[in-house]
Amino acid sequence: MTIVEERSAPAAAPPPRTNRFWAFLRNSWRQLTSMRTALVLLFLLAVAAIPGSIFPQRSVSPEKVDQYYAAHPQLAPWLERLDGFEVYASPWFASIYLLLFASLIGCVVPRLADHVRALRLAPPAAPKRLDRLPQHAAERAVAAEPAALAASIAKMLRRRRFRTVVRELPDGGWTVSAEKGFLKETGNLLFHFALLAVLIGVGFGHWYGWHGNRILVGGADQGFCNLLTQYDDSALGPRVQPGDLPNFCLKLTGFRATYQSTGQPKTFSATVSVSEDGGPETSRSFTVNDPLRLREANVYLLGHGYAPVLRYTDRYGVAQTKIVPFLPIDGMQTSEGVAQFPDVNIDPKTNRRDSSLQVGFEGRYLPTVPTDGSAASAFPAENAPGLFLTAYRGDLGLDVGSPRSVYSLDRDQIAGGELKNISGTRPHELKVGQTWTLDDGTKLEFLGTRPFATLAIRYDPTQSLLLVGAVVGLLGLMLSLAGHRRRVWFRALPGPREASGGTLLSAAGLPRTDYPGFADEFTALVKAAEEGTS
Amino acid sequence: MAELSNQLMALTVLVYLAAMVSYAGEYAFGSRSLIGRAAARPAAARQLVGAGGPAADEPAADEPAAPVEYPDKADRRREWVARVAVALNALGLLLHLGTLATRGLAADRMPWGNMYEYILSAAFVASAVWLGVVLRRPAVRHLGLFATLALVVLLGAAGLIAYTPVGPLVPALNSYWFIFHVSTIIISSGIFLLGAVPGAMFLIRDGYDQGKRRFPYTLGRHVPAAALLERLTFRLHAFAFPLFTFGALIAGPLWAEASWGRYWGWDPKEVWAFISWIVYAAYLHARSTPSVKRTTATLIALLGFVTMLMNLFGVNLFFAGLHSYANAGG
Repeated sequence: MTIVEERSAPAAAPPPRTNRFWAFLRNSWRQLTSMRTALVLLFLLAVAAIPGSIFPQRSVSPEKVDQYYAAHPQLAPWLERLDGFEVYASPWFASIYLLLFASLIGCVVPRLADHVRALRLAPPAAPKRLDRLPQHAAERAVAAEPAALAASIAKMLRRRRFRTVVRELPDGGWTVSAEKGFLKETGNLLFHFALLAVLIGVGFGHWYGWHGNRILVGGADQGFCNLLTQYDDSALGPRVQPGDLPNFCLKLTGFRATYQSTGQPKTFSATVSVSEDGGPETSRSFTVNDPLRLREANVYLLGHGYAPVLRYTDRYGVAQTKIVPFLPIDGMQTSEGVAQFPDVNIDPKTNRRDSSLQVGFEGRYLPTVPTDGSAASAFPAENAPGLFLTAYRGDLGLDVGSPRSVYSLDRDQIAGGELKNISGTRPHELKVGQTWTLDDGTKLEFLGTRPFATLAIRYDPTQSLLLVGAVVGLLGLMLSLAGHRRRVWFRALPGPREASGGTLLSAAGLPRTDYPGFADEFTALVKAAEEGTS
Repeated sequence: MAELSNQLMALTVLVYLAAMVSYAGEYAFGSRSLIGRAAARPAAARQLVGAGGPAADEPAADEPAAPVEYPDKADRRREWVARVAVALNALGLLLHLGTLATRGLAADRMPWGNMYEYILSAAFVASAVWLGVVLRRPAVRHLGLFATLALVVLLGAAGLIAYTPVGPLVPALNSYWFIFHVSTIIISSGIFLLGAVPGAMFLIRDGYDQGKRRFPYTLGRHVPAAALLERLTFRLHAFAFPLFTFGALIAGPLWAEASWGRYWGWDPKEVWAFISWIVYAAYLHARSTPSVKRTTATLIALLGFVTMLMNLFGVNLFFAGLHSYANAGG
């Protein structure tokens, strides 16, 4: 959008009758593609991006949007109406950047045409009055003949990668016209077209990409296959059908985390066995900055935690085992979670489920129980693990069918008295291998823990294209900032007869863009032109 | 080693402070020193042109022509003060390097892992580039007072607000992209930061040349000619912009893709980098458009600097995001 030179003036006489509608359209288009409008739109874009950093964004952290709703119940619905939680997907943000790109297209397409034309044109003939140009070397006598001198100057200029044309004048003189620095405009256009390519690439990536998150618990019995229903949450692009997802299965076979003595993590590494398209299982490792790259899917390790293994034996002696991931709430892996057993205490005679006899456990898992008795873990590795649970019996509220968090019990059920605390206010501590006998004689055993990995699985088909676009754009940007377009002319006129021939050489130079070093370059060129002949 | 780094840091600030005082000393006598005269002359010539005087090219009568030698002792002393200032500045730069090196050795990694180290590194780049500029073009030396002031303020803020004990990197930062992404951003931020100094002085000088004599413009009396400042502003920005583009919009997304699974996610830091990029792009466009005044263009560059500061301090301290490494050590 740099305006380097003035456009050629429009035709002198306007057509006699202009259609008002077309005139309006044309004027609007001119206004839109003007530099001033582009600058205003750039600013608008910058200003419009600000709210997205102030208000929580649903695409970044939906849970923070919920927190915002809770904290500002009056303001939040208004923000919602103005797309304040989805700034970068909002119509007003899109309208700014689409206008900007329309302005960009309106500016760079004609410039591309101009540039192609300029590239094919020979450098223009020397102006009559060389001394009127910004750089000028006064006439001086040189021994060589005009034609030979012009040829040697042209050679010198071509060696310096000037586009050079030699012309003979009717009076026996010669002129050399040369121009250089087309790469500046080439780079500038390249940069702007690369921007367009990146925008289009981002759009296609959004349409044809998809992503999902999944907690994968360790163990061969806890595998995951890439089906939409197996994700904890997922989002498909508008042009992606659930059946389009690539077919692969993952099992977490190992997870390793190392920590500093302060508890700050040093390394994470997950090992999975992968089977693609029903093929054989292979073992692959990946880590935080080194995702698992599969065909049309990348698996990123975002986090990890512990999943306690709990066995509940009900009043009829039937045992059920659950592996429940507890979500870490701090850097020391203090984790919170819930184990729910809705299908227990079923009378084998009647085979009827009594919903008032469902059992749920809620509490914290501390990988290292601190010695001071506080409720937070002292270290993220399992040095002295302890599980602190509160037991509830009654209707867990799972039969309603509405979607609920699987990491906490239903508060409404507890408040309504359908779900009762049966273990007192102090959570019961369980070490690995310990059994807790509840008031009705049923038992809960803490069998141990398994590691789990929080995985993000994503596919964006245009990613590599975007990288190419960005790199090309950067190259173009550097060319356009470093280059200088300039013209030089040399005129070689036959010297006076009495001086036994020779040539009178004069020169001029015109920088087409702001170029402070041009005077030095011009002086050097004139010097080289004279020396090349002696 | 960490202790040594902290002591060196304090020493660095003190030496920059001393350099600042020396620059101020030269600045105070500026109109009569060699550099001061060189700086003052174009303005005098311009005023003559404005008056339509035919002798515009001749030096003003009350100024000696081309003072190659120092006419009196006082001038020589002032020149000496200026040299001391530059030398102190260079010493500060060495101590600054020592602070960074010992910090890096103590942590056994590049010293770019948290906000404190980041500011330290960006300020180092600004200081190094400034010294390079001042050695190549002594005419801009009068900006030294403002350049060192910016350094002292920034380092002071780093020490007071953002200080973090030496610590290792969190695993998310443990990547070779760390070096590409963070180094290019540090270098470009340092140069943008430095570019804001001649930018601001250009506006002041330009106002002074137009006859404004209110407070900020009075500072313009001794600074170099407006055109020189403007050109320096542009060159610093034109150098830093592609570097920033690489660091923020290529290396950053490449790393984000490998680490977080998406190349761009509108994290607050990303938002503000985007805003800075847009504003600096607007500056470059405005400057290359003949119909936009140079003062307007320079104002845009200064706005860009404000957005960089916002990203450095505001985003780290006010918004929680994925780039929240401000206290990564704790």
